[in-house]
Amino acid sequence: MNAPIRDRYPLAFTLYPYARSADQDAAQPVRHPVVVAGGGAIGLALALDLGLKGQPVVVLDDHEGVGQGSRAICFAKRTLEICHRLGAGAVMLDKGIVWSKGRVFRDRDEIYNFDLLPEDGHRCPAFINLSQIHFEKFLHAAITRANENGAQIDIRGKNRVDAVTQDGTGARLEVMTPEGPYVLYADWLVACDGARSPIRDMLGLGFEGRVFEDNFLIADVKMTADFPTERWFWFEPWFKSGDSALLHKQPDDIWRIDFQLGWDIDRAAEMKEENIRARVDQMLGPEVDYTLDWCSIYTFQCRRMERFAHGRVIFAGDSAHQVSPFGARGANSGVQDAENLAWRLDLILRGLAPDTILDDYNAERVMAADENILNSTRATDFLTPKSDVSRTFRNAVLDLAETYPFARPIVNSGRLSVPSVYDGLSAQDGLPNGPARSRPGAPCPDAPLGNGFLLDDLQGFTLLGVNADVPSTVEVSGISMQGVQIAVSQHIADRYLGAAQQAVYLIRPDQHVVARWPSYDADAVAEALRKAIGQ
Amino acid sequence: MTLNLDPNLTDADGFYAALIAAHEGLSPEDSAALNARLILILANQIGDTTVLRAAIETAKLPEND
Repeated sequence: MNAPIRDRYPLAFTLYPYARSADQDAAQPVRHPVVVAGGGAIGLALALDLGLKGQPVVVLDDHEGVGQGSRAICFAKRTLEICHRLGAGAVMLDKGIVWSKGRVFRDRDEIYNFDLLPEDGHRCPAFINLSQIHFEKFLHAAITRANENGAQIDIRGKNRVDAVTQDGTGARLEVMTPEGPYVLYADWLVACDGARSPIRDMLGLGFEGRVFEDNFLIADVKMTADFPTERWFWFEPWFKSGDSALLHKQPDDIWRIDFQLGWDIDRAAEMKEENIRARVDQMLGPEVDYTLDWCSIYTFQCRRMERFAHGRVIFAGDSAHQVSPFGARGANSGVQDAENLAWRLDLILRGLAPDTILDDYNAERVMAADENILNSTRATDFLTPKSDVSRTFRNAVLDLAETYPFARPIVNSGRLSVPSVYDGLSAQDGLPNGPARSRPGAPCPDAPLGNGFLLDDLQGFTLLGVNADVPSTVEVSGISMQGVQIAVSQHIADRYLGAAQQAVYLIRPDQHVVARWPSYDADAVAEALRKAIGQ
Repeated sequence: MTLNLDPNLTDADGFYAALIAAHEGLSPEDSAALNARLILILANQIGDTTVLRAAIETAKLPEND
C-alpha cells in the first residue's frame, strides 16, 4: 500500500489523464452511489449503462487509458446488440471485420466448417473482429458523448484502489494517486479489475479452477493478404509452426495468429523476434512481407469465484470468472455481466427493488459462467489432450472427420460465445407452443421492424404485444412498463409466435424475456414483474 | 430408448472373430486408435445420449466380486 503509481503496461491511447478530483480535497471522505474499479471493457460498459440510466458513477483506473496489445478480438452478436443500446454499436460494426464462418483443417485438409449465423433478419452479425483497444476506445467515446448529454460518469485515471473494507451500508476505499492517497465511500463497489483482481484478494476471496498445461503464442501480424474473412483453425498443421494454429483477420490489415507451443517451453527464447518470425514464416511462406504488431505467450485457466455478489462489493467480468480464449467467451460474457448488473443497481438506487435482486445477478451470471467454463474446458481438452487415451480419441475424431460427416460435429476448436438462457431461474413458460429461442430467460432475438430493428424498441421494462393488444403503459410497484405492439412479419412470427397465433412478452431492461403469455393478463404481468424485481 | 444388455448380435462368434482379426499385427498404439475409431462409429450409430451414458457406466464394471 502507498506504493507510487506506476504503469503496469504501455498505453495505446491516453483517454483519461490524471486530474485532481474535488474529492481529494474534501474535509470528509465523499460518498458515491456506485464506484467501478477498473476501466477496461467491462467497467466502461457498466459505467456507461448506469450513466445512461441517470446514475452518477465514479470509475477508478490505475492507468490513464487503453493498454496496448489486442487481447480480446472476437465480439459476439449479443455484445454488439448491447453496445447498440449503449450508443456504441454502430461505430464498432463500421470498424470491425464481420465474420460468421469458420473452417477447421488438419494438416492440409479441411475437415469441418461452420456458419454461426445461417439466417437473415438481424442487425448485428454473429461476430466482428475488432481489437480490444478499439472496443474500449469506442465505449469511452460513447461515455464522453453521454456526459455531454447530461450523464455523470467520472473516470479517474491513475487512481488505484489500495484497500477495501465494507459493512452493511457500503464500502470504504483507500485510493492512491500520483498526488497521494485519499478515501472514498461507495454505496456499491463493482470490481471490474480483471482476472488478477486486487479487490478479490483484498477481501480474501478465492478463485478456484483448472490450469491447462499448454502455452500459446499470439502474434498479431500486419500484412496485406487475401485470405477470406473466416476463422481458420489447423490441427497438426502442415506448416509445423505448432500443434495447432489459428488465423483470423482484424481491421487495419492486422491478422491474429495463434500457435500452440506445448507445456515445456523456454518462454524467453520463444518470445525472441527471430523465433516468432520463424514460426510465422513457416506458416505464411518466405515471400510474404509482414510486420509483428504485438506478441504474447499465454496459458489457459478456467475458474470462477464461488459467488459474484459479496455484500456491497460485486464482481463482474474476468475478476469473477476466467475462461480459455477459444470460444471468445471472456469479454463477451463480461459485457453480459455488466448489462445484467446495471439495471438491478439502478432499481436498487432508486429504491424500487430490494438488495436481494443481486442474488439473482449472482445466480444468473454464475450459471452463465459455468456454461462458458464448460464449453471452454471441453474445447481446451480437445486442443490439449491431457492423457494418452484422450489424445487417441482426439486423433480418432480427426481421422474420421476427414472422410465421414458424422465425426465433424465432434471436432472442437472452440464453441463460440452465445448468450446464456436462464433456464431453471425463470418463470414457467405461459406460451408452450411459442418458439424455444424466445422462452422465459432467453435474450430477445432481434428482427427487422419498420425501418429499424426490434431491439431498439425494447428499452426498460417492456410489454411486447405480437398480434395482441397491450396497454401503452402499465405501472406496477413504481416500475413503468412501456407497451409496444408490433406488426407480424415472417421474422417476427418465426422468432416470437411459433405455433401460437398471438403472444404477449414481458421483457427486462437487459432484453431477456421475463415471461410470456397468449394474451395480456394484468395480474399475471404484475406478478411476473414483481418476481423479476425481487418483490 | 434404454441400453440393451440382452443378447442382440446376429452372429456373436462371427463379430468377435472379426474384431480380433482387425487388430492382428497392429502395435498397441494402432490398436488403441482402431478401438477409438470403432467406438466413435458405433456411438454415432446409437446416437441416443441416455443409452450412450448408460453404456459408458456399464463398461466401468462395478467391483462386486
